[in-house]
Amino acid sequence: MIRIGDAPIVRRLLIGSALSLTGLFLVLPLVAIFAQAFARGVDIYWDNLSDQYTLAAIGLTLFVSALTVPINLVFGIFLAWLVTRFEFPGRRLLQTLIDIPFAVSPVVAGLVYLLLYGRNGWLGGWLDANDLQIMFAWPGIVLVTLFVTCPFVARELIPLMQAQGSREEEAAVTLGASGWTVFRRVTLPNIRGALLYGVILTNARAVGEFGAVSVVAGAIRGETNTLPLQVEQLYQDYNTVGAFTSASLLALMALMTLAAKAMLDRRAERREKNA
Amino acid sequence: MSIRIEQVAKTFGRTQALAPIDLNIADGELIGLLGPSGSGKTTLLRIMAGLEQADGGRIHFGERDVTQLHVRDRRIGFVFQHYALFRHMTVFENVAFGLRAMPRRERPSNADIRSRVTQLLEMVRLNEFAERFPAQLSGGQQQRVALARALALKPDVLLLDEPFGALDAKVRQELRRWLRHLHDELNFTSVFVTHDQEEALELSDRVVVMSNGRIEQIATPDELYRQPANRFVFEFLGDVNRLEGDVRDGVLTCGDAHLDVGDLADGGQELLLRPHEISLAGEPSAHTHLPVTVTAIVPVGAEVRLELEADWLVEPWLATISHADFERLDVQRGKRLFATPTHWHRFNAQTVAEPAAVAMS
Repeated sequence: MIRIGDAPIVRRLLIGSALSLTGLFLVLPLVAIFAQAFARGVDIYWDNLSDQYTLAAIGLTLFVSALTVPINLVFGIFLAWLVTRFEFPGRRLLQTLIDIPFAVSPVVAGLVYLLLYGRNGWLGGWLDANDLQIMFAWPGIVLVTLFVTCPFVARELIPLMQAQGSREEEAAVTLGASGWTVFRRVTLPNIRGALLYGVILTNARAVGEFGAVSVVAGAIRGETNTLPLQVEQLYQDYNTVGAFTSASLLALMALMTLAAKAMLDRRAERREKNA
Repeated sequence: MSIRIEQVAKTFGRTQALAPIDLNIADGELIGLLGPSGSGKTTLLRIMAGLEQADGGRIHFGERDVTQLHVRDRRIGFVFQHYALFRHMTVFENVAFGLRAMPRRERPSNADIRSRVTQLLEMVRLNEFAERFPAQLSGGQQQRVALARALALKPDVLLLDEPFGALDAKVRQELRRWLRHLHDELNFTSVFVTHDQEEALELSDRVVVMSNGRIEQIATPDELYRQPANRFVFEFLGDVNRLEGDVRDGVLTCGDAHLDVGDLADGGQELLLRPHEISLAGEPSAHTHLPVTVTAIVPVGAEVRLELEADWLVEPWLATISHADFERLDVQRGKRLFATPTHWHRFNAQTVAEPAAVAMS
């Protein structure tokens, strides 16, 4: 007996086309990045990497993600907790509002922040008077990155926490546990997988964000250039190898993220099998 | 520890989950809250636990007013409907949770926790499963872990929400007996919620029957079955057969059927009968003529259940007869028999019970 759609020819055709499309559209560009980066040898690659401005961009990128990820981690848990554990007017609206950063183009987000905090913006005058610079400096970059990445953690947690319900937490409270103990010993272990996943996605986006950051950063070389901006600037300067060197770093980070995600998935699968 | 509930009420949005309710539970009693879904029984239980806040009224545990007390300070054990075991902890850690969550000053030493948990696991006969995870246990085992966990802090009051609802019949029977035994041995006060009348009658010292957020009757299982306070209680406690007809001069008539009803008042009347209160014969008697046709035969344990139909009946009757009678009458599908009520119940519109009459047969 052959199952429907399981004829050898159909199977080969489907697998073959899936593999070749994946290779053409996903793997080939990735290979091209590294090929270009190393096009003029490892020494040149290394020179480009240790360029003062590139190092500054790496530093800024890591700094932004180091700030963004913990803030959105806490914010995401808080939001998911609020939406899944309490009934209040506007709960559904809030759940929809969480998705705004997904719905809005990042460039628009950047422009909105510019409008709010820029020199001629609504808050700009006050900020200027108090000598606080947000736009064209790292606080602006962090702000837009926070905006763009804020749904990831909450989006991962909400369906899970909804499915799990609050019974275990209630049980913990009837056993005399304080709010913090309930969170630390019952809630957190149950959402750990989804939480890590959310963090990985947040980090990937925080590192790679281009549109919103490019609007508010002002592209000051060595000061407000993150890695993606650096890539674009080097390319504009006709320094192709330099651009691809920085791009290879981003690609490397992406690959590491994917590996981490795959590892988590595997672990979750194993745990499910044991359970 | 006795429980005193005074005028406790609860509304969710616009629906009234609990009308103001009074209930006194004596120290050491095992009380069953019985009712259909939406009757407010679970809400009442959760209010007792402090998991839900009442809109009004007071709750006392013994002399202690616990109305404003937080769940964690009420000294209750709560067993949830689907157990709500901590899925990422072993059985041992589940049971130890309450002890480990105590403030550092009062917390027992690790060795004490170990011996207490071991003792509890022995009590629920799960020692060998201490290192397993909840998902690796059967429903009945999970239920016992939930009980051990709830008892770990020696609560004054044990509250159980549909404790056996998700288990199969045989395990349920066994656990019921076991819980009754445990209750008598440890002598705490227990309240459990169920929608299964058999469970309520078998397990409880007293049963509280609820519907629509109200208490319909509080009585011992025996009283409840013999003297239901109203029609709702009567119907909820078992299968009911209806006989509607006009009474004139002591004879109830319904189509071509008639029945002597003694001194029942003239006019429209409705009689209610339990399945075992119908006796069947091959011939009509002098006073009774209730011809019925057998439409289904189901042998269940010690008796045989028959479904009876007749054109004078609005809905079919259910009768239970002994195997001996079954054979004597040579019952088959489609066989015509004559029914005689041995006993009937009547409730008037004010839902006040009237003394049941015994038919002359």
